[in-house]
Amino acid sequence: MEVLVCVKRVPVVGGKIVVTADGQEIDTRMSGFAISPHEECAVEEAIQITERLGGAVSVLTLGPAAAADQLRDALALGAGRAVLLETDGREWGPVATAAAIVAQARRHTPGYDLLLLGNEAADTGDYQVGIRVAHALGWPCVTGIKHIEISDGVVRARREYRGSEEAFEFGLPAVITVKEGINLPRYPSLPGRLRAKRAAIEQHEPPWEADSLRMVGLRVPQTERKQATVLGTGADAVPALVALLDELGVLP
Amino acid sequence: MTVLCLVEQDGGAVTDASLRALTFARSLATDAPDAVLFGEAAGVPAQTLASYGVSGAHVVEPGQLAGYAPLAWARVLAALISETGASAVVAAATDRGNEVMAHLGALTGLPMAASCVSAAPAGPSGTGQWRLVRQRWAGLLLEDAVLDAAPALLTVAIDAVQPVPADTPATLAVQPCQPELADGDLTVRATESAGQSGGISLASARVVVGGGRGVGGPDGFAPLEELAALLGGVVGVSRVVTSEGWRPHSQQVGQTGTKITPELYLACGISGAIQHIAGCASAKHIVAVNKDPGAPILAHAEYAVIGDLHEVIPALVTAIRARGVST
Amino acid sequence: MSDTPSRASAVIIGAGIVGNSLVHHLALLGWRDLVLVDKGPMPNPGGSTGHASNFIFPIEYSKMMMELTRDSTEQYQALGVFTCSGGIEVARTQERMTELRRRCSAAKAWGIPAQLVSPGEVRKLVPYLDESVILGGAHFPTVGVVDSLRAGTLMREQAEQAGALHVLAGAEVLGIEVTGAGPRPRVRAVRTSAGEIETDVCVICCGVWSPRIAAMAGARLPLTPIVHQMISVGPVPLFAGTTGEIAYPIVRDVDTNMYERQHGGDMEVGSYAHRPIIVGPDEIPSIEESPRSPTELPFTQDDFDPQLAQALELMPELLGDERAGIRYAINGLISMTPDGHPLLGETPEVKGLWSAAASWVKEGPGVGRAVAEWMSGQVPGIDVHEANIARFYPCQRTTAHVRGRAREGFNKMYGIIHPAEQWESGRPVRVSPVYHRERELGAVFFETAGWERPFWYASNEALLERYAGRLMPREAEWESRWWSPVINAEHLAMRDGCGLVDLSAFAVFDITGPSALETVQSLAVAQMDVAAGRVVYTPLLDERGGFKADLTIMRLGADHFRVVTGGATGMTEKKWFADHLPAGGSAALADLTSAWTTLGLWGPRSRDVLQAVSGDDWSHPGFSFGTCRDVEVDGVTVLASRISYVGELGWELYVPMEQGARLWDALWDAGAGHGLVPVGIGVYGTTGRLEKGYRSYGNELTPDYNLAEAGMMRPRVKEHAFVGKDAYLAQREKPPVAVLCTLTVDDHRSASGQLRYMLGGEPILSADGGRLVDDDGRPSYVTSAGSGPSVGKHLLMAYLPAAHARQGERLSVEYLGERYPVTVAVAGATPLFDPENERVRS
Repeated sequence: MEVLVCVKRVPVVGGKIVVTADGQEIDTRMSGFAISPHEECAVEEAIQITERLGGAVSVLTLGPAAAADQLRDALALGAGRAVLLETDGREWGPVATAAAIVAQARRHTPGYDLLLLGNEAADTGDYQVGIRVAHALGWPCVTGIKHIEISDGVVRARREYRGSEEAFEFGLPAVITVKEGINLPRYPSLPGRLRAKRAAIEQHEPPWEADSLRMVGLRVPQTERKQATVLGTGADAVPALVALLDELGVLP
Repeated sequence: MTVLCLVEQDGGAVTDASLRALTFARSLATDAPDAVLFGEAAGVPAQTLASYGVSGAHVVEPGQLAGYAPLAWARVLAALISETGASAVVAAATDRGNEVMAHLGALTGLPMAASCVSAAPAGPSGTGQWRLVRQRWAGLLLEDAVLDAAPALLTVAIDAVQPVPADTPATLAVQPCQPELADGDLTVRATESAGQSGGISLASARVVVGGGRGVGGPDGFAPLEELAALLGGVVGVSRVVTSEGWRPHSQQVGQTGTKITPELYLACGISGAIQHIAGCASAKHIVAVNKDPGAPILAHAEYAVIGDLHEVIPALVTAIRARGVST
Repeated sequence: MSDTPSRASAVIIGAGIVGNSLVHHLALLGWRDLVLVDKGPMPNPGGSTGHASNFIFPIEYSKMMMELTRDSTEQYQALGVFTCSGGIEVARTQERMTELRRRCSAAKAWGIPAQLVSPGEVRKLVPYLDESVILGGAHFPTVGVVDSLRAGTLMREQAEQAGALHVLAGAEVLGIEVTGAGPRPRVRAVRTSAGEIETDVCVICCGVWSPRIAAMAGARLPLTPIVHQMISVGPVPLFAGTTGEIAYPIVRDVDTNMYERQHGGDMEVGSYAHRPIIVGPDEIPSIEESPRSPTELPFTQDDFDPQLAQALELMPELLGDERAGIRYAINGLISMTPDGHPLLGETPEVKGLWSAAASWVKEGPGVGRAVAEWMSGQVPGIDVHEANIARFYPCQRTTAHVRGRAREGFNKMYGIIHPAEQWESGRPVRVSPVYHRERELGAVFFETAGWERPFWYASNEALLERYAGRLMPREAEWESRWWSPVINAEHLAMRDGCGLVDLSAFAVFDITGPSALETVQSLAVAQMDVAAGRVVYTPLLDERGGFKADLTIMRLGADHFRVVTGGATGMTEKKWFADHLPAGGSAALADLTSAWTTLGLWGPRSRDVLQAVSGDDWSHPGFSFGTCRDVEVDGVTVLASRISYVGELGWELYVPMEQGARLWDALWDAGAGHGLVPVGIGVYGTTGRLEKGYRSYGNELTPDYNLAEAGMMRPRVKEHAFVGKDAYLAQREKPPVAVLCTLTVDDHRSASGQLRYMLGGEPILSADGGRLVDDDGRPSYVTSAGSGPSVGKHLLMAYLPAAHARQGERLSVEYLGERYPVTVAVAGATPLFDPENERVRS
């Protein structure tokens, strides 16, 4: 099994996102960066799959030179190879991103059996890169997956659907996008971290292309900060709470 | 100027998310939107659709295409674009909505804008220029964008649009649809998909009882479950609860979990990290139960009880039960 | 909820360990209507307390820090939140082994259990440590960890239960309003997001945010947030079976600037080894913007990577376990000050604005108690003068200075710091008018209060030959560091001829006005109602009769006094005087430190030199000891004052700063034929004064001892009231519990045959090595140490229990783990050199 995991470097944000004065990006001066949450799970899933079935995990990111940090994060967890598609810091749209991933998938020999991505990136939330990659490669694709089984070249994948589950079954090679909850990602060990530090990273610089969905500016939505009305303290508040629930019409 | 809207159904009814998508679709065009549905033509929820101003319903019957197959669904939409000359295709930004629309984008080579809050044609109609506002960071951030594509492929941020019926109901014409599928369109098809969801889903529950770190551990959820059952709702949890392994991830409310839109969200022992707020901010009413009067959740809640949930919730359950007996 | 009190007796800002401890102690001292404000939620509002590693090593070289830590530990124990784990500092180098010996000796001085242990013994205590990496260790069995958040909560709740405290959580301080004209306004109100609170007293306990909050009132706190990296690795299988938070000793791998500490199932690894990462107080993200807390910044992996390898080297099996993951990693923000000490007390800029900042978990409760006592008008039970916020000169409060020193100090957190260690950053900043002449003479500069002061002059190396055999050269590198035999040669040359000493670092301020006499009388122990032209050396006392200062005051006129004191304590003492000025402006204080420079000329030939360049009467009867007057020296008007801190005939010569160079040149030229040499502070501050038994503030003179014990009691006590008088009168009534003595070292030879010289701080023990502790529980330790070239002995000063304070008493001193025999040469104040003081009065 050759698994390629595509991860994205995103800022770790707190309770309030601050946008730069020009409205073009998030102010990340004091931010840390991490692999986008769903993709953290994709890395873990890839490692678990190769632990079960053998093979190797490669990890790829498209981003600035500093995104090598996120590749090393994945290497520390057990990925074997890393590819940095280095950008000049401009934001890449989903179409161009998919094209760059496809180029890497074609470049790699003997070829990947499975591409794992996150269901959507935490920051841009485009929900489509994996699907576009699958179309270009002519591979089947499922998204939002929270359980994967593979045997004899057949994938059985499940996801949640409106409080229940739905399942898919298809052959490899394939593209799967996963969601947080598919597993609990492991933490890097000290030896893993030190191995990652020494590992080589394959690098390419794909050309940037404009997307026909163009960001003009970013802004933080105006949310009204409420001052909650305190109904009371402890169990003494229960009568007031019951009255409120009654008023809202949610009592049986 | 036709706008197509993918309509998802649950047990024969239009889902709440799709009602929001329909409301959004109606706002895009002067003409009434067309709905695209998968299911028995006879079972089309005609009255609902009409009340939302839908005049045409393109229905793909199970005989043509059974079950959920994202690529095949996208193929249907692609054909309908050609057939209707639609200027926009809209779906709710649900798992399926986003998935089908992404396939449609890939099939047609068009861009797809996910999680739109609003959209309006920029410039003269038909030029294919749109001014959009869409969500990033699950709604913590808004992006103003220009979309240069005809038709526009949009999914609708369901927590940003309220479902509103049309001022005047339309007269619905149901048109069966005969899709021409390509090889491989059914390679991926939901095999065990339940036509009807299993019980109440978190995304559509009318009441959600939330539990966070304050619950204390996996054993602390029983009173919350009891209360949720009593109120006909479900339990939702914060991210720390699932990352600690106390509850399954399917119950997680928030940026990387489920976005909820209930009538009441009763947040118990949840401090209110913004990633959580991103998932529950569209609840109509938020009531917080928290020991800490300084907890951030109180800045998002309408009402609060200051106290230990392990004291408050059992007392609440008892009080509601007693009330049931007395009335 | 608008239940914000409109008025408070004091508003305490910051609910970390310090703020919580402070409200607790204020409540115990009877304060009511206190308000504790924090922008964050309880119990962890997001400051440094919330991510502290929470362990306490009792050992500190600074007596103040040691005592604050000890008091804090006792308070944590009383609250039931202290877990004793023991702690070990391990050595990877021989130099560190020596340092651990020094630490064990310091521990003995303070009565802290400590023991040098072999690698095998370390391994027994810490079975997961690779003993082959280390040469040994020092075991401190009383080390422990605390639950600082719990402690804070308990203390806060006790104050609430006493009805003394209102807590405002989630309220941000928006401003501190001040009122009053003049140079020192006073606090009027604290403006918060939950409303305004009128108050006369506001205390800043805001840790890394403190400078930002202080600036709201116009005060400047020299503190910077700096990053301390920490990771947590787990689950550690070995820890699975242990109960509680910690079962194994904490290891400080001091040579790599790291520590490893069990925390439940995890091992916490912290580092002070990485590059100093400074964050401006205004750059700290808000609570809302922070993924964790505002003081838990994103981890910068690259900075920590070298430490990972070192930690792995020390604990290969435990940390090398592939199943154990790095579960938590932060760039934690902590507070650092230019000199490493907290910032305590009322700010000099704003009355009623207090600081209790830059104190860590290990000293937080002690700081809370000390500041509470201080705010209540008491003398703090622990001498915190080294932490007094008033101690800084303006040049020490600049951003550049604070950051430079923080950067420099950060990697020395576990460093081997020499007692005379010099800073490198931010120098030179204050130089005397003869700085360039001194440089030409090869001056080796040490820094005091920002001033560059020559410690000795390379130009005097020629004297080494002349005084060969009397220089007490030091063989060991440690003692010869920051030292030169030239100091001793300068000393002898001064005693033979005369020496010119640059004393520009003196702090000088004038007290003038109709109440000037009243002001100085009310503070000085000595009689200040003297004739104009008198110079008076006097101690100042605190209310308990402990030492507050020692300085000289010249009476220049009926309503005009000039106070001259050491640079190091100048600003603190200036505030002490300013605080005691009468209301209404009938006396005023003017700081003339930057206006006047001082040269000292001492030695038997000093009169000859002055007579050569001045027509004034310099004879003994014409210019008697203890007097001062304006004279003319080579066309420069000089305020000459006949006193001495080196026990020689001579004068302090005060001139306006811009004429200092001319005076120096005149004396230099005239001195050529009279054996004049430039003499550094090595003589002035150590050798000269030790031979004469002169006491020094901060060493011998501290609030812990009194005039009787220091041997400075005068036959009579003046009629006029002064601060500490009642206590002083009581002290006089009973025999001193301890007596300040001068001791000589009888044999300097160590076990390895090398001659060793103590540097100060060492424990004085009985001849057979038993600790000496006086009846008030105060242990004997070396307060000052240095050569006495004229008496041919290495001299130590120490307070000894009265029973041992007898001339000829044989005792011992422990130095670097070895004992050396010493003898009490003088019990009391009689000088060892020139006991009759003939030279001074010649």
